[in-house]
Amino acid sequence: MTKNILEVKNLKMYYFASRGVVKAVDDLTFNIKKGEVLGLAGESGCGKSSLGFTLMGMPTPPGKIVGGSIKMEGRELVGLPEDVLRKEIRWQKIAMIFQGAMNALNPVYTVGYQMIEPLLYHMGMEREEALDKAQKYLELVGLAPDIVYRYPHELSGGMKQRVIIAMALLLEPELVIADEPTTALDVVVQAQIINLMKKLKKELGLSMIFITHDLSILAEISDRIAIMYAGKIVELGDSKKVYYEPAHPYTQKLLAAIPRLHEDVERLEFIPGQPPNLITPPTGCRFHPRCPYAMEVCREQIPELKEVDKDHYAACWLL
Amino acid sequence: MSEPVLKVEKLKKYFPIKRGLFEALTGHPERVVRAVDGINFEIRKQEVFALVGESGCGKSTTGKLIMKLWEPTDGSIYLEGQDVTELKTQEEIRDYRRKVQMIFQDPFSSMNPRFRIYDVLEEPLLIHGIGETRAEREEIIHKALEMVRITPPEDYVGRFPHQLSGGQRQRVAIARSLILNPTFIVADEPVSMLDVSIRAEILELMKELKEKMSVTYLYITHDMSTARYFADYMAIMYLGRIVEMGPAKVVIDNPIHPYTRALLAAVPEPIPERREIIKELPIKGEVPNAANIPPGCRFHPRCIYMEKGLCDVKHPQLIEYEHGHWVECHLAGKI
Repeated sequence: MTKNILEVKNLKMYYFASRGVVKAVDDLTFNIKKGEVLGLAGESGCGKSSLGFTLMGMPTPPGKIVGGSIKMEGRELVGLPEDVLRKEIRWQKIAMIFQGAMNALNPVYTVGYQMIEPLLYHMGMEREEALDKAQKYLELVGLAPDIVYRYPHELSGGMKQRVIIAMALLLEPELVIADEPTTALDVVVQAQIINLMKKLKKELGLSMIFITHDLSILAEISDRIAIMYAGKIVELGDSKKVYYEPAHPYTQKLLAAIPRLHEDVERLEFIPGQPPNLITPPTGCRFHPRCPYAMEVCREQIPELKEVDKDHYAACWLL
Repeated sequence: MSEPVLKVEKLKKYFPIKRGLFEALTGHPERVVRAVDGINFEIRKQEVFALVGESGCGKSTTGKLIMKLWEPTDGSIYLEGQDVTELKTQEEIRDYRRKVQMIFQDPFSSMNPRFRIYDVLEEPLLIHGIGETRAEREEIIHKALEMVRITPPEDYVGRFPHQLSGGQRQRVAIARSLILNPTFIVADEPVSMLDVSIRAEILELMKELKEKMSVTYLYITHDMSTARYFADYMAIMYLGRIVEMGPAKVVIDNPIHPYTRALLAAVPEPIPERREIIKELPIKGEVPNAANIPPGCRFHPRCIYMEKGLCDVKHPQLIEYEHGHWVECHLAGKI
């Protein structure tokens, strides 16, 4: 039995906006084991990126953690002062590949200059030593070591994304949160990046949270899958079980909406309506206004995650 | 066989690259980006023809040439037998634009944020002088919105684009493109910015309207799976050339060109067993700059089957490999 590296319990993060309180992450509980990839899927606005930022201990203002706990290797992160988080946790324990980060590289500095900054400040390394380490990590992600002397505009999109991945790994974190790391890349490059992440998982025994709205990409890498809807996890389990025996109507609909490459699909399913406003979410099950099976109880009471099978949970009154 | 609605012949579009002062003084020849470099295809009535390729392959340029947003460097485009490149006067072009409409990728920026939905849909009617009175136009607009299932239309005509969701906005964009009863629609990545659940809805809607309004589509996309679902025919583009073309199912189930095979191998599929495998993609390197197209077959530097002395020297021709299935590769059938 491998140990849980991350334990999240009843986590709540709300945005205190002027229009009202947005419940973006609402009562989430899940674990990640060492060397495991958890895929996190859902439509835009379901709170999947907010969760990523929250785990890094930096919810975007006006967001605040209002409850629950995040334990990294047994150590409670919620409530730690900012300087401890910065010095001991962020990037050293948990790193994040931000969405669109490849376009945020500073154009006036060389790749090497930007890469070694954390090594100089966090680890107190000498310049030479830091550059050596940066080159080693560039090789690890399949780039030539002399990329350290190049400027971002000299690199293609795929190369920049590799640099970002190398930067996330530099301080040897235990857990990497990858937020849509392949959007805006062409299919061939996307496949190469996914292959790279599979390789890193295998070689470094890395644990990962892989966030995307694309269930096809998620299937390529995830050991377990969590489906989020309107700030809540509605289904969680072993990826084979979630893909082949989806229990929640939302998961079933999402999977039926994907066109298949090698199969004839007569009609694609789609989910009528749109995700709810998170300031005044629907009562009861948040999916009930769009659910074809909605019953009386769905409108009144919030369903809890229930075990439907071994390592397979879903939150639905039908079960 | 019915006559094609749209026929594209030897279509070329070159963009000049500005020479620096030094280059101009030294008499350096002008360089060009060959965005579209001699392509041929035809689309028959009520068919969907997909142009598939990576960014920079020239698929959107082709769409814009058909829309007459740009003039081709060479070649012709025929709509219902009429050569579009010959249209010169404003009236002729206006008449043409009534028949050919476009749906853009980004429903957030394809509409004027200061227009209400009513104004967005009324503008094409005013330009083309359709509907004499406001009441008449209003009726046409309501009908168009009902057709794309934005109901009841009265609730939506007064709204601004930012008050609609992405899917609703894309449906308004579709209504706008159909309101003039066009014969041909260029859809440039119409679903790539939408969530998966909404994507299916828009594709279904476009399919349904194809029958109802008897329109023909050019579907520009990078997504093979939606192309298989939506399109009847498909052409794979690489650096300005069509390298493979045929019925969508045939191309996907029996790809001949090494580039098509690589693209297909790269498509993620919702099959969890695939996470166990790290597959080698049958392709090398990255897409070269379109200003610097390799000699011979333009795919040869990335091709794993490349034959020295043939592929890097001689330009292959598009040949009919089997009935209706065209391939531009020296080694077609041998690999």
